[in-house]
Amino acid sequence: MGNYFTFPDLLIWLPLLAAVFCFIAKTEKNAKTTAMLFSLVILAVSVSTLFFANDTKYINYNYVNYVWLKYLGANYFIGLDGLGRLLTLLSALGFPLIFLATSKSNFKNPAKFYGLMMLTQAGLMGVFMAFDALTFYFFWELALIPVYFLSSQWGGEKRIQATFKFFVYTFAGSLLMLIGIIYVYLHTDARVFGDGTISAHSFSLSSFYSASLSPDEQNGLFVLFFLAFAIKMPIFPFHTWQPEAYDQSPTAVTMVLSGIMVKMGLFGVIRWLIPIFPAVSPELKNGVIFLSVISIVYASCVAMMQDNIKRLVAYSSIAHIGLMCAAIFAMDQISIQGVMLQMFNHGINIIGMWIVVDIIERKTGAKKISQLSGLAASAPVLTILFLIIAFANIALPLTNAFTGEFLMFSGLYNYNKWMAAIAGIGIIISAVYTLNMVQKVFYGSVNAVTKEVNDVSLNEKMALIIIVCLIFFIGIYPQPLIDLTKDAVNNLLLRIK
Amino acid sequence: MNNILKLVWLIPVLPLVGFLINGLGRKLLSKSASGFVGSAVILLSFVLSLLVFLQVKNGNTATIHLFNFIHLDSLNIAFDFKIDQLSTLFLLIITGVGFLIHVYSTAYMHDEDGKDFAKYFAYLNLFVFSMLLLVMGGNYVIMFIGWEGVGLCSYLLIGYWFRNTDYTDAAKKAFVMNRIGDLGFLLALFWLISKIGTVQYDEVFTIANLAKLSPTDLTGITLLMFVGATGKSAQIPLFTWLPDAMAGPTPVSALIHAATMVTAGIYMIARSNALFSLAPQTQTIITIVGLATALLAASIAIKQNDIKKVLAYSTVSQLGFMFLALGTGNYVAAVFHVLTHAFFKALMFLGSGSVIHAMGGEQDIRKMGGLHKHMKITSITFLIGCLAIAGIPGLSGFFSKDEILAGAFGHSVLLYSIALFTALLTAFYMFRLYFITFRGEFRGTLDQKHHLHESPKAMTFPLIILAILSVIGGYIGVPEALGGYHELAAYLSPVVKSAEHHLTHGTEYMLMGLSTILVLATILFAWIKFKNYKIEGEEKGLGKFLQNKWYVDELYQTLVVNPFKSVSAFFNHTIESKVIDGSVNGIGKLVNYSSRQLRWLQSGQVGAYVLLMVIGMLLLFFIQLFL
Amino acid sequence: MDIKAYIALSLTLFTIGIIGVLVRRNAIIIFMCVELMLNAVNLLLVGFSKMHALSPIAKASLTYASDAQIFVFFIMVVAAAEVSVGLAIIVMMYRNVHTVDVNFLNRLKN
Repeated sequence: MGNYFTFPDLLIWLPLLAAVFCFIAKTEKNAKTTAMLFSLVILAVSVSTLFFANDTKYINYNYVNYVWLKYLGANYFIGLDGLGRLLTLLSALGFPLIFLATSKSNFKNPAKFYGLMMLTQAGLMGVFMAFDALTFYFFWELALIPVYFLSSQWGGEKRIQATFKFFVYTFAGSLLMLIGIIYVYLHTDARVFGDGTISAHSFSLSSFYSASLSPDEQNGLFVLFFLAFAIKMPIFPFHTWQPEAYDQSPTAVTMVLSGIMVKMGLFGVIRWLIPIFPAVSPELKNGVIFLSVISIVYASCVAMMQDNIKRLVAYSSIAHIGLMCAAIFAMDQISIQGVMLQMFNHGINIIGMWIVVDIIERKTGAKKISQLSGLAASAPVLTILFLIIAFANIALPLTNAFTGEFLMFSGLYNYNKWMAAIAGIGIIISAVYTLNMVQKVFYGSVNAVTKEVNDVSLNEKMALIIIVCLIFFIGIYPQPLIDLTKDAVNNLLLRIK
Repeated sequence: MNNILKLVWLIPVLPLVGFLINGLGRKLLSKSASGFVGSAVILLSFVLSLLVFLQVKNGNTATIHLFNFIHLDSLNIAFDFKIDQLSTLFLLIITGVGFLIHVYSTAYMHDEDGKDFAKYFAYLNLFVFSMLLLVMGGNYVIMFIGWEGVGLCSYLLIGYWFRNTDYTDAAKKAFVMNRIGDLGFLLALFWLISKIGTVQYDEVFTIANLAKLSPTDLTGITLLMFVGATGKSAQIPLFTWLPDAMAGPTPVSALIHAATMVTAGIYMIARSNALFSLAPQTQTIITIVGLATALLAASIAIKQNDIKKVLAYSTVSQLGFMFLALGTGNYVAAVFHVLTHAFFKALMFLGSGSVIHAMGGEQDIRKMGGLHKHMKITSITFLIGCLAIAGIPGLSGFFSKDEILAGAFGHSVLLYSIALFTALLTAFYMFRLYFITFRGEFRGTLDQKHHLHESPKAMTFPLIILAILSVIGGYIGVPEALGGYHELAAYLSPVVKSAEHHLTHGTEYMLMGLSTILVLATILFAWIKFKNYKIEGEEKGLGKFLQNKWYVDELYQTLVVNPFKSVSAFFNHTIESKVIDGSVNGIGKLVNYSSRQLRWLQSGQVGAYVLLMVIGMLLLFFIQLFL
Repeated sequence: MDIKAYIALSLTLFTIGIIGVLVRRNAIIIFMCVELMLNAVNLLLVGFSKMHALSPIAKASLTYASDAQIFVFFIMVVAAAEVSVGLAIIVMMYRNVHTVDVNFLNRLKN
């Protein structure tokens, strides 16, 4: 270990390096090209991690453990397991797609914009790979702060208000989690380092797993951690930052937020929350699932009433995330496997949705559904691609979301049939609002706003076609993703039992 | 395994290839090319299906495993095709009738743009692909994939003319109503998975696994499946989408909304007959719902003036008959009726398409009349369809409907009488339609009259074939009472086990005779009443009630849609913006307010600061000393 | 002498200082009162130092007994430095606003 670059190293340092290069880039073209090239290289690295998944053979490639703050018992410990591989792949895949789709947008101050974007990616990668609580917290904040700047500087008219809300919300959550982390840390065993140094406590994930906490303490701590993750996901009633943030952020940032960043919350639940508090998680899950199911139905209902396309997509995302959260807490092998699939699928699909929304907004200048009509006549290719993504979004079979949602619902049903049935209402409502939007935006006859619209450009088409191909591939043959995350699912279940 | 059976996967893949060619090459292909590709792939599928059918007839059934769709430790869902008696029968219906309708479409849709024309055939091919998946799937999940796939294609094809908002509304309605049913189906699957951990037909229907299900489980699962079937097969309460679905092109109505997709629910229940036979309560409900739907739809059909709407309600009503058969455990009769209904209803839909084509898009029968003189082939084939559906002895509808009625009689006389009454209504509205449309005097504009013509060969050819099938299709199921041997029942017997009903031959003769006499009387009545039809005034009383479809749509609007919308609006306006956002912003405002109040402490008077400092020190002393 | 007497004297002086700071508005008098408080503390330190000089620990260590007294010298030195700075500020204040009334100095308030 240490003599060569490992995958986790590469996945963190490449985005950081790219961020530095972007910051010092002189022209917009340079910054764009740098970001694009680096994100492609990162994607290549991330894809190649899939071929080194065998831990008995390649353990040295997959884990990095440096001593960081010796006297605190904190290591810089990052590594890739199945879950990490899946989510780093999602984030590595998301960024080039985002850059590709938004390459026509002009950002003022491009060097900073792309630099901050790459910095966000570094933060995200770190979150998904951290095996040490302090490292995790560090990256958690690292991912948040660039997004704050991105949204507040490049966003829409009400960006300051929206980003302020977003920041305060998530930061409050983070602080609660920090309190929780410190509390758990103070109840961990001592840690011995290689050179004989002994720290009183340890931040490492494994010692967090074995921390000695009474059930009462676990109850309280569970709430602290859960609040942080619930805000990030978000779950009703902590969701109101999201529609505003999605609406006001530049679309590229919205894609990062909704496609990748919300997965931090789910990831936190799977990697940290449930395994650290295995004793109380099964008891508190009823409440969490109840909230999640409310979240699904409520967000779907609200989505139906939206006239602003971005807010509609935002609420639809809340409903989907609610289902994933409920499925995690159903604590059933089938449902958690479904969540693994769906985390990836949701990321792909929602990025696709935002790309289309962005195209529509850029070409027509309209943000409201009621202003649009008849796009199918003027932009048929866009319509077809969007229809596929929209149908993936409502989980039609042979699209990727079906496999995930089928498994999640199946597991949720094992937990409680009524909850599954109520959550199922969300499936129906999602069809209603999605088809409403398709009908109003794409069907009908063209009006003054949509008459002059020309079809998608090559870049956007490429990004959308890649997404559509992924949708079908995972929809028809999801097994590779299942195999990738099987161990992660079983490990989680072992912790609970 | 036989070589032909190894090629079974080609049957659905061919239409998929047609879809891809037409879909991706819609700008490059000429109209004739895309029409040719679209029809040819279906023809090839039909030929393959026929070969497979011959194999199966010899007893070579098989389950073809393609790959594992979802493979977990506790659940394995394979991508399997099940080739047995039931699925091959449906394969033949789908590809056979499907091919005829594709051929018909090449002429019917000829006025469309080249791009739209190719798009139409792409959708149609995709539909056939999904439908084939539905019937060939070796487990419920594959069936569900096809199940939702046909719903999607139905949505796309109903909204084919997407510029018209009414049409897209109808498409949306169809999809959403189907989704409601689909949720039921899904829940049934989850129930199955949670109880026996598999959805594979071969495993579910084993005695060992069926024994794991308690009566509650069985009733629940079958009821939820039936909910799914009501959505897809347009039964009460989810039937209102089907008449609206007539917004799509007429061949689509013939293929999807008469011959194939809407019979998916019947296929599902026939496929799961092992489950349904164990759930008598569900069967009772199916019987009641089926009969009620048949009666309701037939009563509505009497007063409709849109040629396609009459046929749509007729379809709903006939589907109700099929469910009646399923409910009485008479699965073979239901499948038999699916087969004959596919022939004569597709025939009539295509015939109505031919009429609409000739009338330049007019669908109101009050503005037609006397068309027999101008379009002989259409008229005669349509008449054959009417005779078949009315149940005139010797035609296909007679045999299948008679079997359903006999089954109902075996259960109770009340069931039988209502079903017979509905059958008479069927004969009445069908001949009302025929006489108003084809007989009497022409009532349209002069322009339309000059334009009247028989349709091109590509349209009349399928009509003739289907008419022949409507006549002879019944002979595969001649009951024993008529000295026949029920070939269909024998063929299906390995998969579908019908409940036995023991009627003496004498009773059967009596039933047949009764229904035949009554049907003939009804037709005579319709002939007298409508042979010289004149446009009547507004309907009143019961007539108006029936014409407005029992106000079911309005009822749903007030009972379901509107409350749901107001709840959503309440969520959006009150809870979202006032309660949740209000409390979040309230916390922010509270911080702001308290800060503004605390600001007064910073008076700027040095003395005040010192005083506060001293007070603070004293407080600390006090706490230290006394607390 | 009993240590209590020292404490009493020191407290009295300290209280006089506090009251002076609180009630007077003249900067120079406030300043003097602050000095009074400082010296009250010095007195207390010296008193305690003397008291502890007799304890066994102090006898064992040479420096222990004189620590507090050295500390007092420190305070005196610092106070001298502070006086020079403080007086300079008051002089500058008088030059600028022609008064040494502290309540006049509330410009930061708005």
